Amino acid sequence: MSETTHERATPGPSGSGESHLTPAELAARHGLTVSGARPPLTQYVRQLWGRRHFILAFSRAKLSAQYSQAKLGQLWQVFTPLLNAFVYFLIFGLLLGGRGGMEMTEYIPFLVIGVFVFTFTQQSVMSGVKAISGNLGLVRALHFPRASLPLSFSLQQLQQLLYSMIVVVVILVGFGYYPTWTWLLIVPVLLLQFVFNSGLAMIFARLGSHTPDLAQLMPFVLRTWMYGSGVMFPIGHMVTERAGGPQWVADVLLANPAAVYMELMRFALIDGPHHQSLGAQFWLLGVGWALLFGIGGFVYFWKAEERYGRG
Amino acid sequence: MAELKDTTRTGTDAAPATPATEGAAGKAPAADAGGERVPTVIAEDLHIVYRVQGGRQRGNATAALRRILRREPSGRIREVHAVRGVSFTAYRGEAIGLIGSNGSGKSTLLRAIAGLLPAESGRVYTNGQPSLLGVNAALMNDLTGERNVILGGLAMGMSREEIRERYDDIVEFSGINEKGDFITLPMRTYSSGMQARLRFSIAAAKQHDVLMIDEALATGDKKFQKRSEARIRELRATAGTVFLVSHNNRTIEKTCDRVIWLEKGELVMDGPTAPVLKAYAEENAR
Repeated sequence: MSETTHERATPGPSGSGESHLTPAELAARHGLTVSGARPPLTQYVRQLWGRRHFILAFSRAKLSAQYSQAKLGQLWQVFTPLLNAFVYFLIFGLLLGGRGGMEMTEYIPFLVIGVFVFTFTQQSVMSGVKAISGNLGLVRALHFPRASLPLSFSLQQLQQLLYSMIVVVVILVGFGYYPTWTWLLIVPVLLLQFVFNSGLAMIFARLGSHTPDLAQLMPFVLRTWMYGSGVMFPIGHMVTERAGGPQWVADVLLANPAAVYMELMRFALIDGPHHQSLGAQFWLLGVGWALLFGIGGFVYFWKAEERYGRG
Repeated sequence: MAELKDTTRTGTDAAPATPATEGAAGKAPAADAGGERVPTVIAEDLHIVYRVQGGRQRGNATAALRRILRREPSGRIREVHAVRGVSFTAYRGEAIGLIGSNGSGKSTLLRAIAGLLPAESGRVYTNGQPSLLGVNAALMNDLTGERNVILGGLAMGMSREEIRERYDDIVEFSGINEKGDFITLPMRTYSSGMQARLRFSIAAAKQHDVLMIDEALATGDKKFQKRSEARIRELRATAGTVFLVSHNNRTIEKTCDRVIWLEKGELVMDGPTAPVLKAYAEENAR
């Protein structure tokens, strides 16, 4: 080894009377901060707001890149959920008789809305799991508040859902449901669900950055959640009448966030014998879930901000 | 060649410095008694330890699950002590080359400075947010080069107007379009050299307080190397600090005025370019 080891003593020959300072003092004097430290929550929110254009542009870019290798391209935005709904219609609507006494004209919009609304949450979770672990290149190359990624992915799913809502409107009109004032309620419903989904995506982004195995596990959890929320059948009818279960089980299942947002959306759009009026508690639950997960998920994600992309 | 120093500084602690001239290539770094030198990166007895999953030992799935549930560290994790007690202070306007054999901890050190790796002990203080530009750091491969330029700029915190202004410069600098309209193709269709060039061009478009380049220049062709060397000099002149990892001594010679030599994670030598490169060459000749 060279005998000139540590030729230059720390903190370096400053020649201006700073050599007596410890590194920490020198850093404090020139306003240097510890690299990679987590910013306070309010500053983090400000940083995130500063990246709003990035979040939006990233979600749009991802959305358009999603089917860029398919021949039909962007049409799959609409085909995929529609085909999904069609499969469930065959199985639950025709084969298993899971309509709970609804006429076809009421059941089909019920099913399509359920599938689309649940897909929104489902895909937000799935892309949330991979939001950090699937974008390590970006995370390691550039500095930006990491919450931009899960937020951007739920925003992508929201835009995807807006495409799907066009299909819903076509189907509704096809079955003779014409626009009423209650249709405007889809705006607050989508907003609440978006906040809820973003919080959930941030929770799973943190979990998934630490345990990538979740990407394998989550599809099963999400499928269980889907069947337990009554996406393709009225859950209350299924539990109490078909399975002979107690009412409280049905109530609990109906109060879960996925079921709440589906019900809110269905009652806003469908006007049938099974969709007359919805209790105010559903709106309270919708707001509550959104606030709980939106704020909780954001704080939970922020707590590990300095650790993303490492290792 | 003499370059102006400290003229763009807006420090709070010193009066607007009288432009202190400094010999090129950092011949006399301690000589600028006129203006106070502003540190941009301070590393204090920095230790970095990697924990690598999937080492030698084997474990079964139930044991792994139990560890996850109890939040215990996995038995398969092995520790690699990559950086051992490195201390240095980098100043504004310096271009610092990092040399050392493969696996000597150069890239690890850069990632720690960028705040992307947690320090086992010791600290890194930085001025603002250092940006690390590595060869491995892919941007978004399924998107076009054009979109990557815009998204990269937005992610770095540039405004849409700034990007619009600089877009043509970035594309021209990268030279992606020299052989046809490649910028509108997805980035996965680019060669690795083209990808590295575009990444460098995006990162170099912004004024960084501290810019770190991890062998990015080695991948470009001669013409691009020339352009990026010029750009690095520009970045330095406008008050940034540049770190450069390279195995090409000529690149270091041309762009850096100070060199840090790492070996096995330890700092072997730190000083002006010529003597350190000489010692390094002598060590390797043996």
